[in-house]
Amino acid sequence: MELAGLYRQMLRARSYELAAEDLWHRGLIAGEMHLGTGEEAVAAGVVTLLGDGDGLALTHRCSPALVVRGVPLVPMLRELLGSEDGLCSGRGGHMHLFSKEHLAATSGIVGASLPTAAGFALANRRLRPGRVAVAFTGTGAMNSGMALETLNLAVAWSLPLVVICIDNGWAITTTSEAVTGGNLVDRARAFGLRTNSVNGRDVRAVHNAAAKHVDAARRGKGPCFLLATCPRLDGHFLGDPLIRMARQPLAEGKDTFTKVIAAAMSRGGGGIKDRAGGMTRMMSVMARARRGPTRERRGDPILAARKAMKKHKAERDRIDAEVAAEIEAAVEAALNGFGENDGG
Amino acid sequence: MTVGELSLGQAVDRAIEDAMARDETVILIGEDAPMLRAPLFARFGADRVLAAPISESAFFGAAAGAAMAGLRPVVELYMVDFLAVAFDAVLNHMAKLEVFSGGTWAAPLVIRAPSGGGYGDGGQHGQSLWGSLASIPGLAVVVASTPADAYGLMTTALGHDGPVIFLEPKLLSEEWLEFLGRGGRETVTFDVPAEGAVGPVPDSAHSTPFGKAAVRRAGEDVTIVSVAVGVHRALEAAGLLQGGGISCEVIDLRSLRPLDVATVVESVTKTGRLLVVDEDYREFGLAGELAAVCLEAALSPRYARVCVEDTLPYARHLEDAALPNVDRIVEAATALVDA
Repeated sequence: MELAGLYRQMLRARSYELAAEDLWHRGLIAGEMHLGTGEEAVAAGVVTLLGDGDGLALTHRCSPALVVRGVPLVPMLRELLGSEDGLCSGRGGHMHLFSKEHLAATSGIVGASLPTAAGFALANRRLRPGRVAVAFTGTGAMNSGMALETLNLAVAWSLPLVVICIDNGWAITTTSEAVTGGNLVDRARAFGLRTNSVNGRDVRAVHNAAAKHVDAARRGKGPCFLLATCPRLDGHFLGDPLIRMARQPLAEGKDTFTKVIAAAMSRGGGGIKDRAGGMTRMMSVMARARRGPTRERRGDPILAARKAMKKHKAERDRIDAEVAAEIEAAVEAALNGFGENDGG
Repeated sequence: MTVGELSLGQAVDRAIEDAMARDETVILIGEDAPMLRAPLFARFGADRVLAAPISESAFFGAAAGAAMAGLRPVVELYMVDFLAVAFDAVLNHMAKLEVFSGGTWAAPLVIRAPSGGGYGDGGQHGQSLWGSLASIPGLAVVVASTPADAYGLMTTALGHDGPVIFLEPKLLSEEWLEFLGRGGRETVTFDVPAEGAVGPVPDSAHSTPFGKAAVRRAGEDVTIVSVAVGVHRALEAAGLLQGGGISCEVIDLRSLRPLDVATVVESVTKTGRLLVVDEDYREFGLAGELAAVCLEAALSPRYARVCVEDTLPYARHLEDAALPNVDRIVEAATALVDA
């Protein structure tokens, strides 16, 4: 796919998430809302390679891939709003979006996308030869038993499975490296998968790398693993206390800091070294959260794509306008008639 | 020493902190533990507050092993729904050890798991599951409905000679509601029973025995048995029913395994009517178990159950209807008396 098409999909995914963010802040969306902001280049680069019959298994951060896959936006938004005419009749919610038509499933259980996608791949090999399945997952999930078992299963059965592992450096509020042994690409290679890693901010690089893997899987060459590095621009979920504390330590962190300092000064407990180590580690996590990339700043993949489009400014402007209109219309339609029988 | 007025979540934290201060073998394991339990991490250090990878089957199995080898781990989950991923360690290992070893070896550990819905997190994040868990011999399963019991049950759990599942109702826990439901917003509200969320915790030596229910309200006509949020919904309903001339006794089990059969049987003997209010699934669970213990005691009360009947829906208004609410309890109790 040409850059313009990829850029359009990235922008659709971003704009959808920003709309969801607004609805969440207005109290119209319940529970934990995990935005996929920062993952747009990966979603667009990979999911534009998929078509009818290809399977897609996703995580709690599922919207960008579903938007790119072409799942209708109004039912998706109405599901977020808790409407009975939402994509899943208001029963699923934003962590549990399902589109049978697109063979697309999500789960809020970390690691679960891999075995589900392996099953899609198995069914595709028998029922729809040439079609593949893609699992999106993250670095935190790659430590779960079901993910590791799936890597082995997929090789043992030579499944047409493509695992896209998004590395945003975090496993919820813990840095990935603090809880991960070794290197995930090496790990997948040791299981026998074809592996690669890519700059997940660069949509063309992702698209090209994923295309090779998807093509190999289509030709029956077995499973593969692509590690894509990209930022997590809005924390683990909206309202993430780590991000709030890191960005506004005085307003948001005062209570926590007071409690932590009181506890560290309490009689009984670890020695000075243990206590100092505990404080130091916490501070370094906060500092990292504070330094982390934010939207519309360097490191935001949307900015990179926009820059890559600068020779085609007229086309870029047209895409910007069209996507803005599309999302605005979808939100308006989703909110139209939204009333007391709905509930986010 | 008075602990003071605490939220339910603070009461649990405090019980763990007090136990860690007096017993060097108590350690805490959990995903994000250094951030979620930052005060404990700052006081006791990384040797005793361990950040777990998202590897539940491994760190639950390891907690059982560590307990067998002399430590007393508190293992945390983000929510009880995720226990499914670690279930083998619970069902086939920690619960079996005492019998398999001829009673010579126990695994003293506490699983701390937030449970329940009421804040719109969907059917994979809002389950209660205590019925399924309490069906397993070898486990103790306790559920707090007040800060005092949260402190007391956790304190007992930390002295218990075997695996304990300690469930912390999220709707009663301001810390979890803020973290998972509100996220700093002022645009959402939750139907939180005030007496369950904040309350006095009497004494730092306070403990709540396992297998001892609390009669939260005395009455003559209907026995309502519940745990967790359901207790507060039942108390509210009992207040309304009193106005209509129906006197309800409300029993808070606090502990499902061991189960305080005597208190239930004594009350049902008096009232002749049993209404079970349960935020867990209706079939093959607590509601059926309580009917069975009454039958075994040669009682045949009028019986009804107000429970969760299907996968919990995401939409707030649908979830509110699916969870036992005051209207459903009033209706069921009235029907029992009218029948």
